[in-house]
Amino acid sequence: MAINWFKYSAPTNFYGLAGKLIPFFAWPAAVLFVIGLYIGFFVAPTDAVQSEAYRIIFLHVPTSILSMFIYLIMAGYAALGLIFNTRLSSMMAQALAPTGALFAFISLWTGALWGKPMWGAWWVWDARLTSELILLFLYLGFIALQASIEDPRRADRASALLAIVGSVNVPIIYFSVKWWNTLHQGSTIKFTGTSMHIAMQEAMFAMLVACWLYSIAVSLARVRSIILERERNTQWVNELKEVRS
Amino acid sequence: MTPRKKRMWFIVAGVALVAAAVGLVLYALKNNVSLYFTPTQVFNKEAPQGRSFRIGGLVEVGSVQREKDGLNTRFNITDTVQKMPVIYKGILPDLFKEGKGVVAQGKLEADNVFHAEEVLAKHDENYMPPEAADALKKAQSAKAAATQTSDSPSIERPVAK
Repeated sequence: MAINWFKYSAPTNFYGLAGKLIPFFAWPAAVLFVIGLYIGFFVAPTDAVQSEAYRIIFLHVPTSILSMFIYLIMAGYAALGLIFNTRLSSMMAQALAPTGALFAFISLWTGALWGKPMWGAWWVWDARLTSELILLFLYLGFIALQASIEDPRRADRASALLAIVGSVNVPIIYFSVKWWNTLHQGSTIKFTGTSMHIAMQEAMFAMLVACWLYSIAVSLARVRSIILERERNTQWVNELKEVRS
Repeated sequence: MTPRKKRMWFIVAGVALVAAAVGLVLYALKNNVSLYFTPTQVFNKEAPQGRSFRIGGLVEVGSVQREKDGLNTRFNITDTVQKMPVIYKGILPDLFKEGKGVVAQGKLEADNVFHAEEVLAKHDENYMPPEAADALKKAQSAKAAATQTSDSPSIERPVAK
């Protein structure tokens, strides 16, 4: 059976598909959040050095990973929109930005809450923390630039450039703890394996997948709103059941 | 070349150029981007003279002394090559321990002692329950003891065993 993938690069068709897909991501995300938090708080053992305070890692690490990952996906969509002039790609980039910004913010916030009791400081200008803060500013800049230009196609092009140029920051965040002396510890999850107890790994993995699925569900819901907003003058939107009623 | 391909190469070249520029800037600012200097760097006079900077390393085992006034603490920060005596007045973070990572901000005074205004604890990326940590420590000390006894000739240590 041949599937015409390009069918869904048209906002008209993707609108319906996204609506059908959302529950398949939202429900597993909710279940995995519960499982992850349960393992994280009740099953995972106390840490030898940091005792209970380390448990913030189950929120801190998944949100940090996703804040970087979503940025790359967003920049990828923005680049696709710029190169192929596909409307949906730019809308996807626009839809991903608030979720990425949220994760970057949670990552910085939980990091500060963790840093105060463990390091003795809410904030240090070390390379890891500073580059993550720049990532949050890139997200906010992307959102602001998109919102400040009236014509959506011109807004897409301008913000796409910012997103693409900003993607240089992501490897800097990832490798910052390797390249420079930082107060932030090295990576626990490496390409070669992890350096943590198995129950802690399970909790972290569940939370990571939960955050991932949540991002997909929320972005799909958001892209549906963006499609409606941008195509509000078209006939197909005005014929939609939810619009007419 | 189609406009589409042209745009693609434009983006690829742009990102490569920006990455190269950022890379060069960060390389040039290497010492400024790093949060702290190691004791070896301080001894080589790479750290700023006469103004505040950060020094980082491990708290030397057996070096922590609390003074009688109960406020000042003296310890050495070491990178296993050089060590720097530090004096600090204030509350130390909970994770401050001998043999563990530390970053101190302050000034190197004329008495060759680093007068710290702020001491931060640095922890590593390993997380494990206390039982596992104990087992690891025991295994390490057993290994250390084994190498020590095999290295030193038995004649010099008649009391051993």
